[in-house]
Amino acid sequence: MSTAAVPARRDIRNTRVRRMFWRMWRERSAYLFIAPGVIVFSVFTLAALVFAIYLTFHRWSIIEPAKPYVGLQNYADMVHDERFVQSVLNTLYFTGASVPITMIIGLGLALLLNQPIRGRAVFRTAYYLPVITPFVVSALLWKWLYNGQYGLFNYYLMKGHLIDQPLLWLSDQNLAMPAVVLMTIWSGVGFSMVVYLAGLQAIPESVYESAELDGAGTLRRVWYITIPMLRPTTLFLLVIGIIGSLQTFTQIFVMTSGGPVNKTTTMVYYMYLWAFKYYDMGYASTLAFALFVLLLIFTAVQIRLFRGNEGVS
Amino acid sequence: MTGVTEEPTAARLTGQVEPILPAAVRKRSRRGRKRPTGAPRGKEHVSLRAKLATYLVLAPIAILFVAPFAWLVSASMQPLSTIFHNPPTWIPDHPTVAGYKGFLNVGHLTKAQQAQGHGDWRWFANSAFVSLSVTALQTFFNALCAYTFAKRKFPGRNAIFVLFLGTMMVPGQITLIPNYIIIQHIPFFGGNDWLGGGGHGWLDSYWGLIMPGVVSAFGIFLLRQYMMTIPDELLDAARIDGAGEFRIFWSVVLPLCAPALAANAIFTFQAAWEDFLWPLIVTSGDPDKITAPVGLALFVVQNRTDWNLLFAGSVIATLPMIVVFIIFQRQFVRGIAVTGVKG
Repeated sequence: MSTAAVPARRDIRNTRVRRMFWRMWRERSAYLFIAPGVIVFSVFTLAALVFAIYLTFHRWSIIEPAKPYVGLQNYADMVHDERFVQSVLNTLYFTGASVPITMIIGLGLALLLNQPIRGRAVFRTAYYLPVITPFVVSALLWKWLYNGQYGLFNYYLMKGHLIDQPLLWLSDQNLAMPAVVLMTIWSGVGFSMVVYLAGLQAIPESVYESAELDGAGTLRRVWYITIPMLRPTTLFLLVIGIIGSLQTFTQIFVMTSGGPVNKTTTMVYYMYLWAFKYYDMGYASTLAFALFVLLLIFTAVQIRLFRGNEGVS
Repeated sequence: MTGVTEEPTAARLTGQVEPILPAAVRKRSRRGRKRPTGAPRGKEHVSLRAKLATYLVLAPIAILFVAPFAWLVSASMQPLSTIFHNPPTWIPDHPTVAGYKGFLNVGHLTKAQQAQGHGDWRWFANSAFVSLSVTALQTFFNALCAYTFAKRKFPGRNAIFVLFLGTMMVPGQITLIPNYIIIQHIPFFGGNDWLGGGGHGWLDSYWGLIMPGVVSAFGIFLLRQYMMTIPDELLDAARIDGAGEFRIFWSVVLPLCAPALAANAIFTFQAAWEDFLWPLIVTSGDPDKITAPVGLALFVVQNRTDWNLLFAGSVIATLPMIVVFIIFQRQFVRGIAVTGVKG
């Protein structure tokens, strides 16, 4: 029985393989279509990813020819690196402050702009203007606004008698990070607003009508209908926002260079320092993986959280 | 509509711009034409007091959002002396383009201006070339891949697609450092031998700026979602009519996906124009190859005090974004809908 079955099975396998090759040949144009994408993707994403892992186990300096294998040394160094811990805390501080505030202001503006009032488009454009501005431009413009001697902030705050002494926004240990956060909120609110507006348009009117019949006021309607109905939008903004701000680099590079005394050194800025100032690609790559792990944790928690809530309601 | 412009292209352009610029006019005409039935604002009546309160909240915030720009534009036309002057000058007495000339390094700069330092018009040319190349190539390659994943059946399709998707989560910072090294070791370029050693590869070149950006897993994913909605019968009909595979893609699929492609292209252009970290490291060896954002940032970081040049450069760097936004405002909003935000 078995002796008869084996050649038959091999036959089947042969024809299957042959048929697959034949199908591949018939669909050869499909492979041609995806070839450019696959090649670029393989080099700059797949190979890069593997190479990044490889780097974390080596002491890899651009300027030195020897690139020895060091095992888990980079990881051990990272755990004991006080500046790294500081950079994680800074990044969490930055994210925890900028993302929620940006979203809340964006939601508020979207709710106000969702009414039938005159000049909605003008307001929308005004709030969206910072979003279309290149980020570098926003950062350097705000660096000027924060300038201790000539900046407009100090001038108008002192004129309004809100402060007596000019504040050194970006060189004050306690003010530097809030200043960067404020600038980031300013440039991100418009995006939250537009996304929330799109979400608001998708809520069917019938929901409101039934609430109105039940005698719910405007605030109650917003709290009990609008905000829960916007949950997918909120999740989207939260994920995008957190992913974005965990990777903050440009503002830091332009406005503070990580100072004063590392108070604004974010994880990506710290990674940049190790890679392109101290030329230690291995350690920098290890730092990048720490960021990746943090991103994964955040995203997983958020999705779990929102899915759980949906199950309850 | 008015028929004032003779050129048909110009007329078409203004026809496109018209819905955005005179915002109040557009809103009224749109409201008159069709009231969106789904939107809650349709029936709701807003009392005068509520309206007033709304404006009282919206207007000051709008001023806070616009004022920095007003200052930027104003300061870009002021000499240094009035920029460093308290109280700030909002409307320059004698507007000057010296800052623009200085930043672009065009025209004849005086000795004093030369000594003061200058930017380079090449930075903007680099930015434009790189952003346009990335946009064109990425939109095309993304569409090719998306169509193939959406509509063709071939062995290995799912495996490759899942591989693409799986890496969507990987942040650019992970691949940044290895890509820098990979770019440095591209064989046969920048004095490299066939093993990729000896030279600087694609560093300090347009290749290095453009190539890593010509495919985006996220873009492929979005376009694929869109292309799945194209009925197969349409493609089969074209096939029966004897159209080749590329022909089907080019003349049937692409026109049908115009909105999604436009969204992809606009977002790509924006991202490429704004991109900072990658150009910063790839072009660190050659000041002639840097892009506008990098040029501006290095100006600041080197603690140069010629802020009039900086402001002028900032205005120039912002202009393309504003132009793109004005022309494609509708696609922006639609793009956000396409991005799957509508829930």
